[in-house]
Amino acid sequence: METIQNLFTDPAIYRLLTIVILSIFLGIEVIGRVPSVLHTPLMSGANAIHGVVIIGAIIVMGQARADDYLALTLGFWAVILGTLNVVGGFVVTDRMLEMFSKKKAKK
Amino acid sequence: MEQTILQLSYLIGSITFILGLKMLSHPDSARRGNLVAATGMGIAIFATIFLYKDHEGNPLGNYPWIFAALIIGSVVGTLAAKRVQMTAMPEMVSLFNGMGGACAMLISLIEYHHNPTPSTGILLVIVLGMIIGTVSFAGSIIAWGKLNGKIKDKSISGAQVINFILWAALLSLSVMLIGGYTTESWVFYTILILAAVYGVLFVMPIGGADMPVVISLLNSFTGVAAAFGGFLYNNPVMLTGGILVGSAGTILTMLMCKAMNRSLKNVLIGSFGAAKVGVAGVVKEQGNYKEISLNDTATLMAYAQKVCIIPGYGLAVAQAQHACHELEKLLEEKGVEVTYGIHPVAGRMPGHMNVLLAEADVPYEKLLEMEDANDQMSSTNVVLILGANDVVNPAAKEDPSSPIYGMPILEVQKADHVIVNKRSMKPGYAGIENELFFKPKTSMLFGDAKKVLQDLVSELKQV
Repeated sequence: METIQNLFTDPAIYRLLTIVILSIFLGIEVIGRVPSVLHTPLMSGANAIHGVVIIGAIIVMGQARADDYLALTLGFWAVILGTLNVVGGFVVTDRMLEMFSKKKAKK
Repeated sequence: MEQTILQLSYLIGSITFILGLKMLSHPDSARRGNLVAATGMGIAIFATIFLYKDHEGNPLGNYPWIFAALIIGSVVGTLAAKRVQMTAMPEMVSLFNGMGGACAMLISLIEYHHNPTPSTGILLVIVLGMIIGTVSFAGSIIAWGKLNGKIKDKSISGAQVINFILWAALLSLSVMLIGGYTTESWVFYTILILAAVYGVLFVMPIGGADMPVVISLLNSFTGVAAAFGGFLYNNPVMLTGGILVGSAGTILTMLMCKAMNRSLKNVLIGSFGAAKVGVAGVVKEQGNYKEISLNDTATLMAYAQKVCIIPGYGLAVAQAQHACHELEKLLEEKGVEVTYGIHPVAGRMPGHMNVLLAEADVPYEKLLEMEDANDQMSSTNVVLILGANDVVNPAAKEDPSSPIYGMPILEVQKADHVIVNKRSMKPGYAGIENELFFKPKTSMLFGDAKKVLQDLVSELKQV
């Protein structure tokens, strides 16, 4: 019960909650009417964006004590995986879209 | 001052994600949108590395580790993304998605390990983030394996019962742990394992044709997992990024379902898997099909006025897009009008064919969307189907008992001649027979799409 109350009384949590709700609507609104040709690149782009988890991984890694090998090892992997998600995701999306623009330029 | 810059960077990050997604959903601005989002991501990442301070005001340490991991990840990620064949894009996206899920899972693991006595709120965020991240990771790996053929479709009998038990176990264990009824760490690790098992079982029975939908769904899962990280670190950019992808991903999943005229529920239960058994049980007699020689095909096409090429997954696996463009150019030189009929879900992902043909420099205006292609079908002389199957299956229109009934298809039967190139008479991805192959208008041209197209080109040169 206390936790639920905290949702509304703790300003930090309340702020985050507001962001969540607004972002949900924004996400729906932004995608709106995307042509089916763009489904794959859009999915791939969104895939890269959720790579923001990497920020969490960096924070974890940066706060790990120098003798905490478990946290260091896992955190190291977390940063690698997060980077793969971000970098790989954006590069793949760009490659897909490059082909769209190539034919546009020729037209 | 530093904190102001950090918060400002996060704000910029959030704005670029919104703008990026918005631009990604329009063909003209899509590529720039991707770059915009990538730039915002870079700003947010580097601001975190250099400016982040914990509650006591300590900056982050372990820079060598962080940069080593960033460099390894960037190099491997770029190489993988650059080297991957266009046909393997869907797998690649699934794999990258799994990496994000695994990252969220690891963060939760470490945070649990760091907080011996977490508050209920923190524990809730850690456990939920871990469950969703793990499901997404395990599911994406299975989806990846399925798409590249390493893992075969398996419908496990009683899968729904097992899933229900898993859900019940996950839920009760999570309540026990989060509610503070137990502080045993084995409960936490059991939840981890159960979530992984659930992720595997969740994707296992789903047919390959539905894989794009599943990847899109898992994509939005990872978004939500990232958002839990945002709660954990009180980090607005993780929150907006994660939730945006979560909600946009869900909408995209529904749009994809709509394009295939399938309900999400059907996809998730894996009705293709179930229906396959039913169809196999009443094996319809395979009618007679007739084959056509390369020579006849070349002649038929050379003297046609209008040819419509319908590409499918067969074209993609054979890497035949260039050979296909070659054939098209040759036919055009001979005065034949050539168009492509693109089904929105031909291939393994929506838009797969557009990307593939664009790679081979096929002019944009030759790619007709399904409705336009269907309008022109009755004035078309020859339809050449290259490794497509379910998207031209008349059962989708005529047979209500068919698992793909109701899916819009390319109505190739309206054309004068239908030539189907396939490797064998095996059914397509949905695992169902295609009556089109036995119609009198249809002729079969067996062989690998690339080989057949190259042979056709050399035949055509002699006609």
